[in-house]
Amino acid sequence: MSLSHEDVQEILLLLDDTEYDELTLETDRFTLCLVRSADKSGWVQETETRGKRQETRLASLAASEEQSEPVATEEGLLDVRAPMVGTFYSSPKPGAEPFVTVNSSVKPNTVIAIIEVMKLMNSIPAGVSGEVMEFHAVDAQFVEKGQLLMRVRPSE
Amino acid sequence: MNPVKNINRLLIANRGEIAARIIRTCQKLGIESVLASSQADLDSLPARLADQVINIGPPPSLQSYLNVEAVIKAAVQVKADAIHPGYGFLSENAALAKASEKAGIIFIGPTIEQLDAIGDKLKARENALAADLPLVPGGAVADAGEAEKLAAEIGYPVLIKAVGGGGGRGMQVVHDESTLAASMTLARAEAENAFNDERLYLECFVERGRHVEVQVLGDGDNIIHLGTRDCSIQRRYQKLVEEAPAPDLDPALREHMENAAVAFAKHLRYRGAGTVEFLVDTQRASFYFLEMNARIQVEHPVTEEITGLDLIAQQIRIAEGRPLGMSQEEVCFNGHAIECRLNAEDCMNNFQPSPGTVSAAQFPAGPGIRIDSHIETGSVVPPYYDSLLGKLIVWGEDRATAMSLLKKALEHCQIDGIENNIILHRAIMASEEFTQGAVDSLFLNKLLETVSLEKTTNG
Repeated sequence: MSLSHEDVQEILLLLDDTEYDELTLETDRFTLCLVRSADKSGWVQETETRGKRQETRLASLAASEEQSEPVATEEGLLDVRAPMVGTFYSSPKPGAEPFVTVNSSVKPNTVIAIIEVMKLMNSIPAGVSGEVMEFHAVDAQFVEKGQLLMRVRPSE
Repeated sequence: MNPVKNINRLLIANRGEIAARIIRTCQKLGIESVLASSQADLDSLPARLADQVINIGPPPSLQSYLNVEAVIKAAVQVKADAIHPGYGFLSENAALAKASEKAGIIFIGPTIEQLDAIGDKLKARENALAADLPLVPGGAVADAGEAEKLAAEIGYPVLIKAVGGGGGRGMQVVHDESTLAASMTLARAEAENAFNDERLYLECFVERGRHVEVQVLGDGDNIIHLGTRDCSIQRRYQKLVEEAPAPDLDPALREHMENAAVAFAKHLRYRGAGTVEFLVDTQRASFYFLEMNARIQVEHPVTEEITGLDLIAQQIRIAEGRPLGMSQEEVCFNGHAIECRLNAEDCMNNFQPSPGTVSAAQFPAGPGIRIDSHIETGSVVPPYYDSLLGKLIVWGEDRATAMSLLKKALEHCQIDGIENNIILHRAIMASEEFTQGAVDSLFLNKLLETVSLEKTTNG
């Protein structure tokens, strides 16, 4: 399956407003089967192989997405996204110098921010090597999981 | 001693299960409860249980539950006689105690001087020394340079701690010099955020020990203890399972610790409910003073279950200016109690917190089973606060009876829609080692390595 998590989320948003309880899409590239959960509160993704059915709750699908390779945008920049929901902090403490600024060079383990969720401070590594080009989150902003934080020009 | 002043209306400056817990005692005592709630908690169970709710600000804690001015303003506005700060947030905050005094409102907790002497972990160490309690080697560190020097002196691994607070916030274990500076930075940010106080201190990290604490009650003149609690099962330096009394403790050592706790509280002329925490070196049968907590603690129910006392009611009684209602000889210990902290966290993914909506919550019930929780089907777990969903507490005539009841109770405990640690508790209770008796602080990590936590599918 080569659909991204975002693709599936978009499809789900469209489906939410319909009366359908099940959707199966088959193309040369992928097969996607979505079934509305019994309590109607969400959707379950089924990957169907003959005689063996695997179910993935969509929440856990998102978790596996974290490790995925960053995708380059059209301008050749790499997206750095929030790995979790929480409050984004650009510096180690209020008033301190930010971890990184535009033009900072980063390595995969360079800490670029802290995201606080449920009172736990998580150091967020860049995950990529290159130069920070764009900021998409401001200090103390609440971010959703998967939200774009910054874009990095990859180093060759 | 101050004259007795009845508390008729109580402002609860907290949220979650402890807010619900305090409201229940208010109902029992005929005290009117007013919940000071952030915007995020206006629809919570405590908000519905309270007689009155007052909005004290936006969801982030700094603007609501940690905002002294907002809390005092609310207390004045609703004409509360007293403020109960619960645990965490402003519970050990001298500024809130001072502002309460200025506004003529009772702060349910110790005196301002005692808060200062205990809340500042470095002053607490000095006081412990003065009261002849044994201490873990360590001291204050202003920056990474000082930390490196002290760590080299006392030896790695070391534990960085926040001077301003406990609860695992701002705590970092460091195994060698290479990560010391980075850990200091992270600990400082956490300490600043959680306690508004970025000062840190450093202690020798005892990897293999038991966390045993002693509950004390004092009215300023008389101090009694309510026995021990074992809290050795921790993740991220926060307790997961607690039991009372601490099992498999040499009777002489137990008595020594209980007496030390009382001596420390006496040294401070302590007023209120408090807990003296010790680290027990099991091999040497010795113990060290860690810190004192000048508040009600999350794990207070296990003490309540074995003493039959209502600790919130005791706190209120002492705050009203009444003397302790019992002597040490009158405290009766009966049976064994164990508590499981139910947290919104993914125990298979490094305990990553999991905010969200609880699609279904089902709790066990029956004799010997107690649930302290603010969660029900449909509850929203906000991302702003800690991950505690509630506590499952069981009581039995002895540890084995309590354990077997707890195993059954956990089978009937289910929280859907968010990640939670019920499966981990089931694994802990199924482990041979914990069933046998006392475990040390390494137990949980060992268990996590050996056990696979299978997710049960819910139909």
